[in-house]
Amino acid sequence: MEHVSTTERIVRGVLITLVLAFFLFPIFWILLMSFQTNETILRIPPSLFFEPTLANYTALLTGQLKTTAGNLDILFMRNLGNSVLLSTGSVLLSLLLGVPAAYAFARFRFRLGENIAFTLLSFRFAPPLLVLLPLSLYFKPLGLTNSYVGLVWVYQLICLPLILWIVRGYFEDISPDIEHAYRISGHSWRQTFTRIAIPLARPGIAAAGLLAFIFAWNNFVFALILASADKQPVTVGALAFVTASGIQYGQIAAAIVLSVTPTLLLALYAQRYLVEGLSLGAVKG
Amino acid sequence: MPRLELKGITKSFKDCAVLDGVSLGAEAGEIVVIFGPSGTGKTVLLRLIAGVHDPDRGAIFVDGHDMTDVAPDHRGIGMAFQNFALFPHMSAFDNIASPLAARHLPPAAIREGVERVAKLLKIDQVLAHTPRELSNGQKQRTALARALAGSPKLLLLDDPLRNVDAKLRFEMRLELPPLLRQSGSTVLYVTQDYKEAMALADRIAVLIGGQFVQVAPPYDIYRLPETVQVARLFGDPTINLIDVTPHAAGNGVFATISNTAVAIGEQYRASVGRAALLGIRPESIKISDAAAGLIAADVVATTPLNERLVTLLKTADGHELLVSQPATERAAEADIRVGLQFAPDDIVLFDKASGQRLQAANGAGRS
Repeated sequence: MEHVSTTERIVRGVLITLVLAFFLFPIFWILLMSFQTNETILRIPPSLFFEPTLANYTALLTGQLKTTAGNLDILFMRNLGNSVLLSTGSVLLSLLLGVPAAYAFARFRFRLGENIAFTLLSFRFAPPLLVLLPLSLYFKPLGLTNSYVGLVWVYQLICLPLILWIVRGYFEDISPDIEHAYRISGHSWRQTFTRIAIPLARPGIAAAGLLAFIFAWNNFVFALILASADKQPVTVGALAFVTASGIQYGQIAAAIVLSVTPTLLLALYAQRYLVEGLSLGAVKG
Repeated sequence: MPRLELKGITKSFKDCAVLDGVSLGAEAGEIVVIFGPSGTGKTVLLRLIAGVHDPDRGAIFVDGHDMTDVAPDHRGIGMAFQNFALFPHMSAFDNIASPLAARHLPPAAIREGVERVAKLLKIDQVLAHTPRELSNGQKQRTALARALAGSPKLLLLDDPLRNVDAKLRFEMRLELPPLLRQSGSTVLYVTQDYKEAMALADRIAVLIGGQFVQVAPPYDIYRLPETVQVARLFGDPTINLIDVTPHAAGNGVFATISNTAVAIGEQYRASVGRAALLGIRPESIKISDAAAGLIAADVVATTPLNERLVTLLKTADGHELLVSQPATERAAEADIRVGLQFAPDDIVLFDKASGQRLQAANGAGRS
């Protein structure tokens, strides 16, 4: 790195800036929009200069949406809470089920093992809507429609295969001899799993957990069909901003900013695991 | 009662038989080296004893108890792996402590135990480091320390010196025997290096083709190898093997090499007339000036090997022979005709067809 010429450094800087600008501009624009009223957003030509307002955020936080047609109750904060609850709940359940399963698939050869693993993966192939129609029929008699339990269960379709297949690869990368050595020194296989296998696969588990969380957070159709307003996450809740008197761009922008924040914070926190995890997997294949 | 007893261990992976009815006994405190070319199942055998794999047939006894179906954590074994297999997320201290921690000893006892072996293996100054921060030699010592820490009845060492450099390997070859004896454990040591085997073993078990071909003290294996294959595996430069058909003459039994009759000893009288291979170690041949009664040979080349001088010669009837002498001897010049003399006591005869050593008539052989 020391012998990089000045021109090369400048060109590199410019290119990186261009790429960043390209990818970050929409997010930056939404951030600006969230501090504007509908009128300033829609004016032509658009301008970077405006009088910032917190009205959009207050509307979201208080749940009172003031439109020209009158006051509207919105459940945004409730939706946000639902998103957190559903995503966290599903990822935790998936980790609880998926990590031991991934270990079993990685370490033991058993009858139909590969078939079961592939079937789990194949859940990701089917178009969600196709799965949802029959599912909604079953959910009604079971009393699972519009319940957190039902949604978390359906969310396993998103999270479980992801965690299972990513974490399995990490377990397979750990030399079995390390586990054998731990067992021979006098530890049960359960201790070997919790004290050797899990800590060594931690980057993979963190990466898989984070990815699963993002996928769950961004899911739209499952909750749209299987839940009503009070159980729906932000992705569905944002529909409420399309009102009779027009689309509330300012509130949508503010809602996006608020709903991106938890994932962003989580990603920043897990970043070092994520980068380490993704690159490790890439090198070892 | 032997400390370890293997009875008819058989193991195959998929359809490939690796071990085929292997039996072995080892006494308390004995160091048995399992030696063989790569891919003969040495590592598999250790893993079966450790309980990592299960044998298809056969039984493993430790102190008379059948351990065949006992889980690896209850076998009381210490094992060092060829690839070290250290726990990468734990410090060297915690690595070494793991067999002690598994017994729920009080922290003070664990510390004492770890420091004791660490001092023996000279790694007491790096106990706080993680395996990533250790040099190859330190990793290898840590792996050994971990295997030793629990004072196991049975210590399994799977080619522990394979992945360290030559200098370190030599150092450890000197250091290990007293260390292993001090531990009091019965040691099974796997290696593919015959010098390592000779340096460490009380007995060497030669594993070829899934079976023990010979189990004997190092010197016996070197002097009286059971088969041609064993003879070839031990010794550097390798043993000279010459096609001969022993014949009897009035005053003894002889083999003809290059039109010269070489006395091979009365005890081979039973082998007269059989197609055989005569084996003679390079250091058991003496080079002198050509003379009647000596085997005539031409010097082809000479090369130094450590402190010895190796000479390649060609006999008049086309056999190539290697001779190894102390480097203080005068090097023979190329293309000079010399006379060779075989030390009669160092000659071994093998059956040409089967490769088995032809037993001397009195049955016991020489020793």
